[in-house]
Amino acid sequence: MTLTGTVPATAAGTGPVTDRRSARAFVDTHVVPYADAYDRSGRVPEELLRRVAEAGLWAPFLPPDSGGAGMDMVTLGEIHEEVGRGCSSLRSLLTVHTMVSWTVQRWGTPEQRERWTAALGRGDTLGAFCLSEPGAGSDAAGITTTATPTGAGWVINGVKKWTTGGQRADVFLVFARTPTSIGAFLVPKDTPGVEVLPIDDMLGTRASMLAEISFTDVALGPDALLGPSGFTAGMVLTGTLDLGRYSVAAGSLGILQACLEASASYAARREVGGRPLAELPLIQAKLSDMVTDARAARLLVAQAGRLKDAGESATIMATWVAKYFASTAAARHASEAVQIHGANGCAPGSPVARFYRDAKVMEIIEGSNEVQRITIAGQAERETTR
Amino acid sequence: MSTTAKGQILDFIRGRYPQAEIDESQDIFALGFVNSLFAMELVMFVEKTFEVTIPNEELRIDNFRTADAMSGLVSRLAPDLAVA
Ligand SMILES: Cc1cc2nc3c(=O)[nH]c(=O)nc-3n(C[C@H](O)[C@H](O)[C@H](O)COP(=O)(O)OP(=O)(O)OC[C@H]3O[C@@H](n4cnc5c(N)ncnc54)[C@H](O)[C@@H]3O)c2cc1C
Repeated sequence: MTLTGTVPATAAGTGPVTDRRSARAFVDTHVVPYADAYDRSGRVPEELLRRVAEAGLWAPFLPPDSGGAGMDMVTLGEIHEEVGRGCSSLRSLLTVHTMVSWTVQRWGTPEQRERWTAALGRGDTLGAFCLSEPGAGSDAAGITTTATPTGAGWVINGVKKWTTGGQRADVFLVFARTPTSIGAFLVPKDTPGVEVLPIDDMLGTRASMLAEISFTDVALGPDALLGPSGFTAGMVLTGTLDLGRYSVAAGSLGILQACLEASASYAARREVGGRPLAELPLIQAKLSDMVTDARAARLLVAQAGRLKDAGESATIMATWVAKYFASTAAARHASEAVQIHGANGCAPGSPVARFYRDAKVMEIIEGSNEVQRITIAGQAERETTR
Repeated sequence: MSTTAKGQILDFIRGRYPQAEIDESQDIFALGFVNSLFAMELVMFVEKTFEVTIPNEELRIDNFRTADAMSGLVSRLAPDLAVA
């Protein structure tokens, strides 16, 4: 790795993505040159979704017999960082698909896994995650979508909002209120009573194909419920969000890395008063902070990943900390990256303008900044009060 | 540090909630601090520490109410483990 953290890409950018290096090659070949066009058109095209499938990128952590490669979480984080460096919209689609695939693998019965994982692993079936509602975001306990048990299974009623990939997904992981708790339900898009309303023109991650999804008397079989019912049903959500947060932490780091690379390169080329920007102390200060924060974020993400691989419960707090640090650092440095680029940074098609908009979203999703701080401070308080 | 399953479970809970005074038969849910995050950590802790996988049907509140109940669960899932 160089000072700016750049890893040389392998030449081709084809074949399976198995590590950071092959991910970088894939992203440099198939994503970076087109990401601004995706951002403008508000879509990640089918061709790229197919390439992601060919590269085995949708859910490589699944076991090989379930369409995955048994990939460890540290490597998955590195790959999501690389994808986030290229295009946060694609990384967001990967994040929610990851959440759905992992949840089926972790909590599904053998029959549920048999039905879903191979198609999710191959990317033949794309998943989306439905928790937020028009009236409930940070306060997940405030959701009003209901899942009512019937003799034959479940009936779902309610509206979900801001569903990343909702316009494109084939199956929704829907969190709904049951008589005793909050349960997780797998709802195929083509179930009668499911309606998808696109949400276009968001501030950031503009190509991630958001939707509002309404569920009206959606009748499901008993096998729609994923994981236990009762008190531990909440754990399904905790685990799903934990993995989503890990992916967003890695993706935020990717944005930060992209800001660093763009800024270092621009500062070396752009001259003011006959000197390159890179020689100006105020610009050097910005660049040095980007380098330092990118490295710190990378260590925090890797630590959370190692704890996941070891099955340590400490991964949950480590992931909160990594996501808080990486998302706030990405937002801070994306702002500085635009600053370094001046008017060029504000111009149509400017990558740093896209990073700036995308980074803001990272401070809101998977636990907003405020929720992160409340959780981290709560932990500190518990650990020190005796 | 305890070596029994029950003791290790109590150590874990006390480590996370030092201010709570709990013993092995106390209902941790009745103390009001168990949220879904802690429930997840608890399940991960039990699975990792005792090298067991808790099947969905065992994820019932009664198995997690007390350190006694949790060590009972562990001894069912890993009968070879010396759980006192
Ligand atoms: C681009 C994008 C993609 C998304 N994708 C998905 C998705 O795929 N699936 C999904 O379910 N949701 C998704 N969301 C929704 C996202 O999870 C929510 O926006 C997020 O949880 C925050 O909820 P909210 O927007 O309702 O804000 P609110 O909960 O209304 O909060 C508003 C503000 O108040 C702050 N706040 C809340 N509680 C407190 C508190 N106790 N103390 C201090 N401040 C507080 C918040 O941090 C925030 O700044 C997406 C959102 C965006 C923008």
